[in-house]
Amino acid sequence: MKMDDRISSLHQNYKLKIKKEKRFITICQILLFLAFFTIWEVASRREWVDPLIFSSPSKIWHLLLNKISDASLFHHMVVTLTETAAGFIIGTLAGTILATILWWSPLLSKILDPYLVVLNALPKVALGPILIVALGPGFTSIITMGAVVSVIITTIVVYTSFREVDPNYLKVLQTFGATRKQIFQEAVFPSSLPAIISTLKVNVGLSWVGVIVGEYLVSNEGLGYLIIYGFQVFDFTLVLMSLLIIAVLAAIMYQAVAVLEKLTAKNRN
Amino acid sequence: MSFVEIDHVSHTYFTPEAAFEAVHNIQMTVEEGEFISLLGPSGCGKTTLLSLIAGLMTPTYGTIYVDGQHPKNLKNTIGYMLQQDYLFPWKTIEQNVLLGLKVMKQLNETSKANALSLLEQMGLKNVRNQTPRQLSGGMRQRVALVRTLAVNPKLLLLDEPFSALDYQTKLKLEDLVFQTLKSFQKTAILVTHDIGEAICMSDRIYLFSKGPGRIHKVFEVPDELRSLSPLEARNHLSFTPFFQEIWKELESLENG
Repeated sequence: MKMDDRISSLHQNYKLKIKKEKRFITICQILLFLAFFTIWEVASRREWVDPLIFSSPSKIWHLLLNKISDASLFHHMVVTLTETAAGFIIGTLAGTILATILWWSPLLSKILDPYLVVLNALPKVALGPILIVALGPGFTSIITMGAVVSVIITTIVVYTSFREVDPNYLKVLQTFGATRKQIFQEAVFPSSLPAIISTLKVNVGLSWVGVIVGEYLVSNEGLGYLIIYGFQVFDFTLVLMSLLIIAVLAAIMYQAVAVLEKLTAKNRN
Repeated sequence: MSFVEIDHVSHTYFTPEAAFEAVHNIQMTVEEGEFISLLGPSGCGKTTLLSLIAGLMTPTYGTIYVDGQHPKNLKNTIGYMLQQDYLFPWKTIEQNVLLGLKVMKQLNETSKANALSLLEQMGLKNVRNQTPRQLSGGMRQRVALVRTLAVNPKLLLLDEPFSALDYQTKLKLEDLVFQTLKSFQKTAILVTHDIGEAICMSDRIYLFSKGPGRIHKVFEVPDELRSLSPLEARNHLSFTPFFQEIWKELESLENG
């Protein structure tokens, strides 16, 4: 009985210790956040930094409230979010389909190998002007930019994971006389699903790059456009506000994919 | 004609550096309902021969007939069990068991009920909705056996299916596989490097030598051991002398 009491009190202590550490970490994170914005505000007001370039949190906050009340900000956010989500989904899908084709034909994959290497090394945003000329300055070319930046790396990662599937799973299916299509459906694709989901995480970030650069080049709406516009009229409050919104939205999108990854992993264990 | 006929079969693997002969001039027949073991050191081409019989590869020389046909042309006559269970971790036990039927497009109410009753006979009914990760090694190999038997093959190829298990589980599973195959009157070919396992399970043992793999000697298992279950056979008086005989032959192979 005494022994049990001792164990349970030790366990309580252990749990308390973990809780304390967690609380400490959260407090530090909040303090760091507050300190950053406070120092920024103070530095700007006392003109330790040039307020014209670095603006200040209070100015950004007022601009944000303004833009929300005249409803223009919401429109720009929706435009950019739609472009990013579309680019990201198209890029991932196209990359997975390309990987499937490469897996289907090992000969084709050997033939295309050097081209994939070159395309992967190429900075995709450099294709921007060509895309705009080919597809017209607008929505289509921006979404294409968002997709193009992620499609090749997706192809390579997913194809690699297709090839790394344990050959014994394929052997099991072959002994049942499975066709190549059945082997793909039953073993290759499901066992590579975690790899595909984890490329999603990378692709979210890449698609943001593609879309923002695309908006720099052509758009007259969206958060990337706001940054470029603010830069042209030297309104850095607008630039920094857009930047902060992008940071928040990108983080939310990344977290959503991380949750998706966790859910699929759960189904497997 | 015998159920399995292997006629002057040789098989060579090709790599850019070399041509490697894995098995040489194999001559073997298996009658329906027999249990055969292929025994030998690792690298003697046992698994290659099994893959050839399964029709996963075509021999470089010679011919193989199973039930009067080339193995490649056969559908659901041959079941194959690997060294590990290779259950698909993203499928439930039930989905794993029904995999063969699904792939062969033979999944219907009757075949499904059959497979599930087989699962029940193996004492696995209550785990059908679990995933492979939740099961022990012995249970998983039993599920793999059900998966193989679900398509009702006439010939079973067993590629060291007990080698990854702990000793106690292995002995129990040997008994289970033996009884199951006998009761369904299946023909079976077992690949193993365990002399005891070969003796207690089979009717005839082919001892292989390596470099390239060929049949060194054939042992007929004494009648009194054949009729016993593997666990009983291991305790029978004639087990040890027979074991010694094969052991000596294996030793002579390694020294010679």
